[in-house]
Amino acid sequence: MGTAIKADAVAPWHRRRVRIYDREAPLGYLLLVPTLLILGIFLLYPFLFGIWLSITDSELGNLGNFIGLGNYRFEWRNTDGVFYTAVANTFLYTGVTTVFKLALGLVMALLLNQAFPFRRFVRAALLLPYIIPTVLSYEAWRWMFDPTFSVINWLLVNTHLVAYPGPNWLGVPANAMAALMIVNVWRGTPFYAIAFLAGIQVIPLDLYEAARVDGATRWQQFTNITLPMLRPVLLVVLLLSTILTFADFQGPFVLTNGAPYNSTQLLSIWAYQWGIPGGAIGLGAAISLVLFPLLTLVVAGVLFMLRRPE
Amino acid sequence: MASVARLKMGKPGTGRIVGDKWVGRAIRIYIPLLLLLVVTLFPFYWMAVTSFKSASELFDFSVSPLWVREPTLDWYKHLFTQTNFPHWAFNTAVVATVSTLISLFCSVLAGYSLARLRYRGADSIGWGIFVTYLVPPTLLFLPLTFVIRDLHLFNNLWSLILTYPTFLIPFCTWMLMGFFKSIPRELEEAALVDGATRIQAMFRIAIPLAIPGILAAALFAFTLSWNEFLYSLIFLNDSLVKTIPVGVTQELIHGDEFFWGELMAAALLGSVPVAVLYSFFVDHFVAGMTAGAVKG
Repeated sequence: MGTAIKADAVAPWHRRRVRIYDREAPLGYLLLVPTLLILGIFLLYPFLFGIWLSITDSELGNLGNFIGLGNYRFEWRNTDGVFYTAVANTFLYTGVTTVFKLALGLVMALLLNQAFPFRRFVRAALLLPYIIPTVLSYEAWRWMFDPTFSVINWLLVNTHLVAYPGPNWLGVPANAMAALMIVNVWRGTPFYAIAFLAGIQVIPLDLYEAARVDGATRWQQFTNITLPMLRPVLLVVLLLSTILTFADFQGPFVLTNGAPYNSTQLLSIWAYQWGIPGGAIGLGAAISLVLFPLLTLVVAGVLFMLRRPE
Repeated sequence: MASVARLKMGKPGTGRIVGDKWVGRAIRIYIPLLLLLVVTLFPFYWMAVTSFKSASELFDFSVSPLWVREPTLDWYKHLFTQTNFPHWAFNTAVVATVSTLISLFCSVLAGYSLARLRYRGADSIGWGIFVTYLVPPTLLFLPLTFVIRDLHLFNNLWSLILTYPTFLIPFCTWMLMGFFKSIPRELEEAALVDGATRIQAMFRIAIPLAIPGILAAALFAFTLSWNEFLYSLIFLNDSLVKTIPVGVTQELIHGDEFFWGELMAAALLGSVPVAVLYSFFVDHFVAGMTAGAVKG
């Protein structure tokens, strides 16, 4: 195709050849090749291959035979309801944390939008949980939730908020789920805050001025200007965050790994437990694949809730 | 502005004395901010404090555990002499750097193509790349074990370098599309009229102007790869090739025994590179995080 020909070449027949690359379609496709190659080999192919795995009795490193929907049947019927716990937990975990991240993120953004000393520093500091490697900060949280030497309990007991010895954070089902959610909110809120802050800062100021002239209160300005203008940002942030929370693995894996008694079991962790330590890759794939239609539902839900008002 | 101010002053009940205003600001802004800061930063503080405590002090809650009485560097020494932490740090840096470079190369080209060039299917391919978000690593890691096995990449850093771009490229492409769209088309068109080829216009005009965006994408990609856990947990078993997150969670915990001092020292050190990088480029970071969202 003559790719070696330099564009600077002057001879007219050269120029005619070069012009082929000036038409946008071939160049457009050419530039996509590396991306599509990587995504094809390491994303699309494994995804399709995973669907096939889920209908086989494959084991770790060992391709199995076709067994139809056996894995799904096993997963639904023969696991003492852990499947339903995991599905319910995955929804609960995503739902509750998203509400808190949304509300706290909005508060954080509104605060950061005010003028106060050391604003840049404060903004950088508040974003830290989102930057620091999740696994490492979750180890710190695990230490803070230690059954006997919990600094959180030490603080709570010493400020007389709870009686000695304080809650057993990771050992009791309801507490463990709450702990998981608290840390997820701690880590995820800055992302919402920074996105909202950027959204707030591009809202034209004259909208507020006009509203003020018309006698709108601060709250009215917030509900009638800030919130509607944040809709596009909200859409993107909610989509990204719900998907990532729904499929969250590393945080819950480090903090509770499904314990105690599968009470904090999530689909992602359960799939890992069956697939890697358990060696039943086919079953693991069947479990993780359940995430896909559920994730699509969640995304459709978010899109529906935030659809453009008619 | 002046008329607005006068209107406000004129309304009864809105005129406040200065001290009252300050109290109002404190309640409305400073106290909530302080609370948020304390909750946000406390885990890092606790990480740091723990890493400097001696073994006996770690579990002594009879006096306030919030500061260190006799600081010691023992845990750090131990980390560097008795564990493979230096190897993990090196591996993490290599993987993060190379996978970032690969992802940037792919997504600059793809982002430019999708944002700037007009051809059949561009929109659907753009959507297709966005839809890959619906296929997170949680869904891919089990089938990927077979792909990695067939490529003979187990216990090899290339297993991560090649798989990380699957979640880096969609993010960076999406981010860079936003940046490319914000560059006025006329700049490139002027160059084309002056006889430049499309490729020249892209390399000499669009890409240089998108450098802030490329930098932001690079930061994101580097941070995401530095933090990645699931793939490295599964593809690497040999202690010498592990990355920091996996090495720390697997090798610094022995059964039920937690060496919290060492663990927190490692967590702190593992966090420093991204924290430093980020504190230098926080504005780029924020710009990148929101480019797609705001310009959408």
